[in-house]
Amino acid sequence: MSASAVRGYLDELVTWATAQLTGDEVLTASLWGEDSDFVRFNHGAVRQAGSVRQREMLVDLIEGDRHAQGSIQLAQDPEIDRARLARTLEDLRETRRLLPADPYLSYATDDGRSSERIHAGAPPEPDWAVSRIQAAGTGRDLVGIYAAGDTFAGFANSLGQRNWFQSTTFNFDWSFYLQADKAVKNSYAGRGWDDEAFGAKVAWSGRQLEVLARPPVDLRPDLYRTYLAPAALQELVDMMSWGGFSLKAHRTKQTPLLKMVTEGATLADGVRLSEHTAGGVAPNFQEQGFARPDEVVLVEGGMYRDCLVSPRSAREYGVATNGASAWESPDSLTMAPGDLEAAKVLDELGTGLYVGNLWYLNFSDRAACRTTGMTRFATFWVEGGEIVAPANVLRFDDTAYHLLGSNLVGLTSETEMLLDPSTYRGRSTASVRLPGALIADMRFTL
Amino acid sequence: MKSAIHPLEERFRAALPADVDYASIRFSERRGEYLTVRQGVVEPVTTSLDAGVMVSVWAGGGHGYAATSDLSPAGLAAAVERARHWAAVTVGRSVLADGIPLDHPVGSYTSPVADPWDTTTLADRVDLLRATDAQLNRPDGAAAADDRIVDWSAWLSRVDTDQLILTSGGGRVEQRIRNTYPGLRVTANDGSNTQTRTYGAGAYVGQGGREVLDRYGFGAAAERVPREALELLAAANCPSGVMDLVLAPDQMVLQIHESIGHPLELDRILGDERNYAGTSFVTLDMFGTYRYGSDLLNVTFDPTVSGQLASYGFDDDGSPAARQYLIRDGILERPLGGAVSQARARAAGTPIEGVANSRACSWNRPPIDRMANLNVEPGHSTLDELIAGVERGVYLQSNNSWSIDDSRNKFQFGCEYGRLITDGELGPVVRNPGYRGISATFWRSLNGVGNADTFTVMGTPNCGKGEPNQEVGTGHASPPCRFAGVEVFGGEE
Repeated sequence: MSASAVRGYLDELVTWATAQLTGDEVLTASLWGEDSDFVRFNHGAVRQAGSVRQREMLVDLIEGDRHAQGSIQLAQDPEIDRARLARTLEDLRETRRLLPADPYLSYATDDGRSSERIHAGAPPEPDWAVSRIQAAGTGRDLVGIYAAGDTFAGFANSLGQRNWFQSTTFNFDWSFYLQADKAVKNSYAGRGWDDEAFGAKVAWSGRQLEVLARPPVDLRPDLYRTYLAPAALQELVDMMSWGGFSLKAHRTKQTPLLKMVTEGATLADGVRLSEHTAGGVAPNFQEQGFARPDEVVLVEGGMYRDCLVSPRSAREYGVATNGASAWESPDSLTMAPGDLEAAKVLDELGTGLYVGNLWYLNFSDRAACRTTGMTRFATFWVEGGEIVAPANVLRFDDTAYHLLGSNLVGLTSETEMLLDPSTYRGRSTASVRLPGALIADMRFTL
Repeated sequence: MKSAIHPLEERFRAALPADVDYASIRFSERRGEYLTVRQGVVEPVTTSLDAGVMVSVWAGGGHGYAATSDLSPAGLAAAVERARHWAAVTVGRSVLADGIPLDHPVGSYTSPVADPWDTTTLADRVDLLRATDAQLNRPDGAAAADDRIVDWSAWLSRVDTDQLILTSGGGRVEQRIRNTYPGLRVTANDGSNTQTRTYGAGAYVGQGGREVLDRYGFGAAAERVPREALELLAAANCPSGVMDLVLAPDQMVLQIHESIGHPLELDRILGDERNYAGTSFVTLDMFGTYRYGSDLLNVTFDPTVSGQLASYGFDDDGSPAARQYLIRDGILERPLGGAVSQARARAAGTPIEGVANSRACSWNRPPIDRMANLNVEPGHSTLDELIAGVERGVYLQSNNSWSIDDSRNKFQFGCEYGRLITDGELGPVVRNPGYRGISATFWRSLNGVGNADTFTVMGTPNCGKGEPNQEVGTGHASPPCRFAGVEVFGGEE
């Protein structure tokens, strides 16, 4: 059953389930699925290749202010799935009977919220993609993952609301290795393969590899003037997104941006962050059926503005939801550009570190938004505006208030859209759009 | 919670292709129940049923897989055809050109369960959590709530996994895993100071039923955890400097995992993870000679420990599980590498023995080299003796921050709870304690290992790795351990 057919199947299944409801029951169903091809490469050869078809549906069975939820994997056979769903509804009724009222229960009740968002695409035939990728890796040590196909999400309830999201894409996320941990990372993603564009990316990686071949410098722990490329900055804002914009985390004082709330701490004037659903590639509705606005401004003029609010937090704290998911983290985070010309970044850096990627970040003091992590992939020592040599990996440990606040020299005038290549549950639909950041002093510790 | 294995087995067997070099079907059905009570409110109760198969085909030197939740005969046939297709596409392009390193095993494994959850009702389990949650903002059973405690919750998750592997040569492995994941979390705040204390940082998990809660003192922890959260709120920042370090078992979990487990994964050493999880400072030529740690360091891969989170009888490629030393008396002996990785190392000219650690997170991901139970074996010291041997240092518990470079060498870890040690005596509590080091030298500073009485069997439920990404649970057991001359630090002043 194709992704498009799953949309109709969800409709039929929920219509059937609605007919099985009793009393004043309300049913909501949230579906997520993928039809994906995955090809994993190492040393230019195929490590593992295969396909995954999955369709997971979460059902919430509500009566009054009591409810229980259950998820099932759909077999896509109406007879099997109706039997599974009937059994699930029966179990949820029994479970619900044993539970107290849920004071924070919230679900969409307006069937005018039905919507669709479809990003059509035509990825290449997987066999062709494998050949093309292997050709690009000829003579190089290529390692990475090619993922392609449909991802989709749907919402349907017994009140008649229907929402559908579908995206057909490919994402080749790869590295060229020179030796040991010296490598250049790159990615090529889209809806249709443009061989010229792919070739340009491969050529760029090849040129970076030539620079990496120079003898590396081993820098001692110190403060260094540093340029973070968008992919490196992404790691920092991902950490800020771990509770930083969540209403629940704010109200329970667990936000890493606590000092912005309690002490009026600020980031630099030019920092503006928003959850920009309209500019992203994620669903524009969440799992309880609430619509996401085009944009929620999180930080403006360096000061905290709004939180992401899930329906549950909205009930708990008496505010309106803005369509956030249960974990209240952004899916389409955007940082506004600054006025540094990307072409002049090395000149502006002068002498210091050009960091292409950061890696494995975590909080060393969460309440202070102090974060530690490693440099990775293409990181270079720069002198007089010229790249001198690759730098061996360094550990940083610094606060967001320094890096994006008092020590921020500027942000580039161009931003880059970075699609999340992660595939833990399935292929992610999250993305960020970010500039690069020039920092006067970044603290490196190991 | 009844399994679907037996009604479907004949259908799976019929779907296995006979005209290829090797084929397998791995069926997995996971049934979960997730309960949380937060601040007196029962959070939405969720159950889950996740079932599907992965078909693997080896043919003509190629290898492909297809995973599907469609378990109808037509759905299985379609999956077989997709797996065949991928096997054909990869002929002459695979990292493993010759031979199929897989067998046709027969056997079974069932988790030991002394006190099954099925003898309790949902209402019983929710009541247990409500009673526990109600204690979490009242330290040590105080009558009144402490308003410095701003968030608290208690949870209990249980996941039953039934798995069946059938192979084209008559192999049949059936495994029934029963995992229990209890948890407590208390957050206290004063202005810009927020401190969170948990129940073992998520490490008090394992196979079994209700006895898992008793194993780790779940009931008593409901009094201790809020008290310690408030202690942290009043504590000074951990001092900075080079000093001795004693790590409690629930921090050793993370230390073992990140700086022994991941570097020893053979697929990392062979380069598979370089685009994502990273490479390793360990190379193939080190096995048999490299000094990983001091003489006191003994590390086993042991999926046979009763009740540990990642115990099993066979890995997901069907290799029978057995206890093996990875590091003995400080010397590196063997990697964490399953049958496929061992074959690749042999093909590359490095014959090396590994372990049965090819694991997949579910039916929808192919097996890769993972940790299972990776344990530091006990030594001869009591905890008091470990502390007594420190002139100036810290005793750290419960991981809350983990970061390590892509070669698994330069690390920095943080803990929830620290105590100063001065002249062999435990002193005041300190907050935001952290330490950093380099794997290649850190384990050589090991100068004290707790005895069998201090040995604690634990695990971590979420280890991420692989492309496509996978998250699995791993088991870690350890006594407390002491390290000399480590760089320690605290939080922002």
